[in-house]
Amino acid sequence: MVTCPGCALLCDDIEVVVENNRIKETRNTCRRGAARMKGCVNRLAPSVAQKPDDIENAIKKAAAILQNAKSPMLFGWSNSTCEAQLEGIQLAKKMSAIMDDTSSFCQGLLIERILQKKFRTCTLDDIRNKADVLVYWGSDAQDSQPRHLSRFSYFPRGELRQRGYEEDRIAIAIDVRESNTAKICKGHFYRIPPKGDREFILALMDALSGKVPAYEPKKMLELAAILKKAEFGAIFVGLGLTYSIKDDFDILIPLADKLPNFNIMPMVGHYNMRGFNEALFKETGFVNRVKFDGKAIHDSRYSIVEALRKSIDALLVVGSDPLSSLPRSVIPHLANIPVICIDPCVTLTSKIAAVTIPCAVSGVETGGSTVRMDGKRVELSKCIESNYLNDKEILARLMEAL
Amino acid sequence: MVTVMELYRLLPGTNCKKCGESTCMAFAVALLSRKKNIPECIPILLENFKKQKEKLELLLLPSAGAEETGMIIHPELCTGCGNCVVACPVDVANDPRGAAVGCAPTNDKVIFKVKDGKVVALNIKECRRFGKNRVLCYACIDPCPAGAIEFV
Repeated sequence: MVTCPGCALLCDDIEVVVENNRIKETRNTCRRGAARMKGCVNRLAPSVAQKPDDIENAIKKAAAILQNAKSPMLFGWSNSTCEAQLEGIQLAKKMSAIMDDTSSFCQGLLIERILQKKFRTCTLDDIRNKADVLVYWGSDAQDSQPRHLSRFSYFPRGELRQRGYEEDRIAIAIDVRESNTAKICKGHFYRIPPKGDREFILALMDALSGKVPAYEPKKMLELAAILKKAEFGAIFVGLGLTYSIKDDFDILIPLADKLPNFNIMPMVGHYNMRGFNEALFKETGFVNRVKFDGKAIHDSRYSIVEALRKSIDALLVVGSDPLSSLPRSVIPHLANIPVICIDPCVTLTSKIAAVTIPCAVSGVETGGSTVRMDGKRVELSKCIESNYLNDKEILARLMEAL
Repeated sequence: MVTVMELYRLLPGTNCKKCGESTCMAFAVALLSRKKNIPECIPILLENFKKQKEKLELLLLPSAGAEETGMIIHPELCTGCGNCVVACPVDVANDPRGAAVGCAPTNDKVIFKVKDGKVVALNIKECRRFGKNRVLCYACIDPCPAGAIEFV
């Protein structure tokens, strides 16, 4: 049994068939996990200034770029092991660098509040064993974390929910479109207009307090009645909800207070995003967007989007592809600064990078520890042998070279 | 999905009984449930029924790869989520500590397993749609929003 690094569910019941030091077949993984475990189609090669080079030179050149930079930034981290992330934080401290990860434009807002204990939360195993009402809010778990419904939330039978989805559980979807998750929720799908989450939350709070809500009163009262009856509920907060209320995120706190039997679960995409958030929170008290300058300073200026527009003069990307995931308006700024890319595969970012350093695929060619979306620590296993250095070793070498 | 009437309209309609069935309608029903094959209808093999025969073959093409119970899995649509593995009542009964609680199947008695991110059907004779006491079970179709499982 090995652990799948496909998404933040970190399924640890995977079997792999290895032949000639290659993964020939994966069993029990979803399609996303199977693709991740079978490795990349185009393996990254070490290069300096777009020309092939050896890895030692690439690391030396990367160290030189970082050393010459006045304001370097370290970005990525959500697809690295906890050990590599800790090494990265030390590297950032040493260089007085800006540090940010993909949670900056993902679930950072929610995870920060969960770590500050502003929301009640639970583990995915608690949900499997106890939950009777599940709310997928702005989240298409069926497509983003394919085994979420079958392994932890809706379909399985649990200790207190022996009849599973057939009788013991109710799944509710609140979304702007009829996603695949909403199709499974069938009778309990509440469609809202884009950016309509705030209005929906206010109306739901009215309905829970016994007032007649202004927004779709009949449906809201019906939903409030289901939520009130829940013995153990879970609200799966997806990116849809986080993006919609990002300017006033604390509006979720009074709603959570009105639902004492409910727990909040962040729907994280990258497999170790929460690991990085927890590590940085422990070190600095913030989950992302930090500049180390003697002490850690947290500011929205240090988010990858803002920093690229203004202040940085070198970028180290570890296991991420900002070129394909950032807004188009900030992409041109990537061309103006030297980019160092540490990744197992060829990505759009690696194609424009000044230095590329290939690394081993975590969870396949190298082990390590990771943190699941609910905060449980899960160990990744090594399935096949590889000559590639892992993220941690590369960062340690960079540190030495500096 | 193709209906009995669609098949019946393409048959000769002579009720000649050469196929062993009492009427062409009975033969259409047998065709749909894959108990009979098109060449068993002798008159349709004649030249003047060539077009009808081709149409029939076209209509029955989707069910060509079906299992004995009529199950077809479309691997190109499957996301490997495993909802069917956990929802199937046979899997639950045969593997109460594995598939039933959402984990990987722990034995080979289950009907569904996921390999390389796509579901495959095993032990098809265990399916509740098979055998004398068959029932019209939808447990694997309902939880699949991708529509990767179909019965013909």
